Amino acid sequence: MAGTYDEMHTGEEGVREHYTTYDAWLSSISRERIAQKRTEAEIAFNRVGITFAVYGEESGSERTIPFDIVPRIIPADEWQILERGLRQRINALNYFLHDIYHGHEILRAGLIPSDRVLQNSQYRPQMQGLDVPQGVYAHIAGIDIVRAGVGEFYVLEDNLRVPSGVSYMLEDRKMMMRLFPELFAQHAVAPIEHYPDLLLETLRAIAQEGVPDPTVVLLTPGAWNSAYFEHSFLAQQMGIELVEGQDLFVKDEFVYMRTTRGPKRVDVIYRRVDDDYLDPTVFRPDSMLGVAGLMACYRAGNVALANAIGTGVADDKSIYPYVPAMIQFYLNEQPILNNVPTYELHKKDDLNFTLANLHELVVKEVHGSGGYGMLVGPAATSAQRDDFRERILKNPGKYIAQPTLSLSTCPTFVEAGIAPRHIDLRPFILSGKSVRMVPGGLTRVALKEGSLVVNSSQGGGTKDTWVLEQ
Amino acid sequence: MLSRTASDLFWMSRHMERAENVARMLDVTYRMSLLPYHVLEPGQEWAEPWVVPLVITGLVTPYYERYTAITIDDVLRFMVLDPNNPSSILSCLKLARENGRSQRGAVSSEMWECLNATWLEMREVNFDNIHHRGVSEFFEWVKTRSQLFRGITFGTMIRDEAYRFIRLPQFLERADNTARILDVKYHTLLPSVEDVGGAVDYYQWGALLRSVGSFESYRKIYRDAITPIRVAELLILRDDIPRSLHACLNDIYRILQELCDSSSLEPERLAGEIHAQLHYGRTERIMEHGLHEYLMEFIDQLAVLNSEISSHFLAPVDR
Repeated sequence: MAGTYDEMHTGEEGVREHYTTYDAWLSSISRERIAQKRTEAEIAFNRVGITFAVYGEESGSERTIPFDIVPRIIPADEWQILERGLRQRINALNYFLHDIYHGHEILRAGLIPSDRVLQNSQYRPQMQGLDVPQGVYAHIAGIDIVRAGVGEFYVLEDNLRVPSGVSYMLEDRKMMMRLFPELFAQHAVAPIEHYPDLLLETLRAIAQEGVPDPTVVLLTPGAWNSAYFEHSFLAQQMGIELVEGQDLFVKDEFVYMRTTRGPKRVDVIYRRVDDDYLDPTVFRPDSMLGVAGLMACYRAGNVALANAIGTGVADDKSIYPYVPAMIQFYLNEQPILNNVPTYELHKKDDLNFTLANLHELVVKEVHGSGGYGMLVGPAATSAQRDDFRERILKNPGKYIAQPTLSLSTCPTFVEAGIAPRHIDLRPFILSGKSVRMVPGGLTRVALKEGSLVVNSSQGGGTKDTWVLEQ
Repeated sequence: MLSRTASDLFWMSRHMERAENVARMLDVTYRMSLLPYHVLEPGQEWAEPWVVPLVITGLVTPYYERYTAITIDDVLRFMVLDPNNPSSILSCLKLARENGRSQRGAVSSEMWECLNATWLEMREVNFDNIHHRGVSEFFEWVKTRSQLFRGITFGTMIRDEAYRFIRLPQFLERADNTARILDVKYHTLLPSVEDVGGAVDYYQWGALLRSVGSFESYRKIYRDAITPIRVAELLILRDDIPRSLHACLNDIYRILQELCDSSSLEPERLAGEIHAQLHYGRTERIMEHGLHEYLMEFIDQLAVLNSEISSHFLAPVDR
């Protein structure tokens, strides 16, 4: 694709400075050895069982996420910009969440239409007026970033509910070090292995005051959830219990887990279960994944949840266009990371523009995620576009549209050899007493030629991400 | 530790042990069925060797719901590959892996890799390739995988509560299996205790000992012909034979002493009681009492112990 920024190459021959050492190494080893290492990685991932479940296929089907052995390298100065931008953005989002569950200042200032927030299905009235520890709502965030050009980064979406992928980030690094230890001797790659320690510190810090040695657990929907591998991986890395709803019960507004030594009080729950399923007495009554009475314990301050309930309203695609305004409103700063221009189809002008330009735009469901239910205009057939047009017209408010960004590419090992494929980046940001993150994140790659959809459920793969230390 | 974790670990381990026991039983039956002899007398068809594994595992009725007659191939299909038979090797390895998968955080990564690799390999097994590679070789593979898993567990697990919930069912399953094998063989093989000494008899008692891996031990200890009374002594009361009831109860009692506290006294007491019967038991008394009756009582007591362990640790009622 003409004009596409490649992370490694400039033009036909040139190699970017931060890739020169890698490039020299790559041209020094045979394609056979690379292929052999790739097979080795595949076998190892399968054997270790680093898999995700695929919805809509035969129950219990598991796949490994394709792992690409060409790393995505980010130079130190670029990472510094990204880190500052992410810090700024997550702070603003946390201020926003606190505000909309307290004084509604940003709504009263008229910066965001009130009904966009208060009528949003992700807004939880149960959270109104409730103080959460340190005023932080999104303790763990995964913010998806794409690069369009030199120093030009866009935030694609903010994942503030139960973002996943961090286990692949950690496993990809482990795999790279196992396959190519010599590369790590030649590059000063910033370490990321301490992520579980940072996460555990963040979780322990939100326990009720006065609890000397808080019990932290990870709540998973269960072994058939698509991210179960990650849940068990993180629980193991942090040395905490991996619990399901059936392991917990509530008594006198405290949460307990059933253990072989009788009931044990739980102080902090890192929940990987959506709001809707957390407490059948408050949210969906048919939920088997949650704990009856949990919300009452939460309101009483007897148990802390990460992330807080009700964060979904801030990462909703209908709120996304307003994040730059939040940054200015709460921090009085200029946004460091760009937002992708977004057409809100509930607005008449935006709708008309979108329908006239479907072949150039990406259309997404406001509440969709995981690459399900989206249209990539330039890649779609006219039949697909017509079908989507019908869907939009039925309920325009359900959709947003964005220009098709020319995502940067990174050399990737594919059938035909090494060829450029489009990538994005999901850094993981931890917020507690302070904001912390490990350098880099999870790089996802669209393995199909020309494809812009990097989601694992849609045939995407992952790469190890190297942030170089100066 | 979470009760669900304890329960998953318990069943992971128990299923792996069961896969090995089933493989041992089938392997010995298979080897016996290759011997050139016929014991089938009118009215004795139930003693046909291939019915024995079904009797031992209590699966005669489910078997006849699906198959019309006892044939080598059908018994193998049922006991090795039938996904609807919860005790088939396929089911055991699948459940062991599923339970392990739920508790990846609680077992060492090497244990998980062993369970997963075993299952991935088992998934490729079908009736034709069992015959192609050799029936005994297949059973050998199952035994080896179970032994490997035990070895990895022994070599990589912290000696904590999780470890005890993994070890405990190995001995429970083994004790139960030894008792059942002994009981069934005793009845099918030996219409009268005095009827000893023929070649058939020799092979059959030898096979029984081999199925619990104790043939060489018998030779070493008794250096004499195989007699039912000695076999009973060896497999019930001697505590230096790894699969004897006494040896299993030594471990079960010790592990429960470590696991139980003031809120769970009953499992420990019960294990102590069963252990004492074995520890202070006499072969002559067992024979007077009737071996079959003795073993039935033992299997019942073990079942009660199992349910006590379950209600105290694995699936507790909210206290």
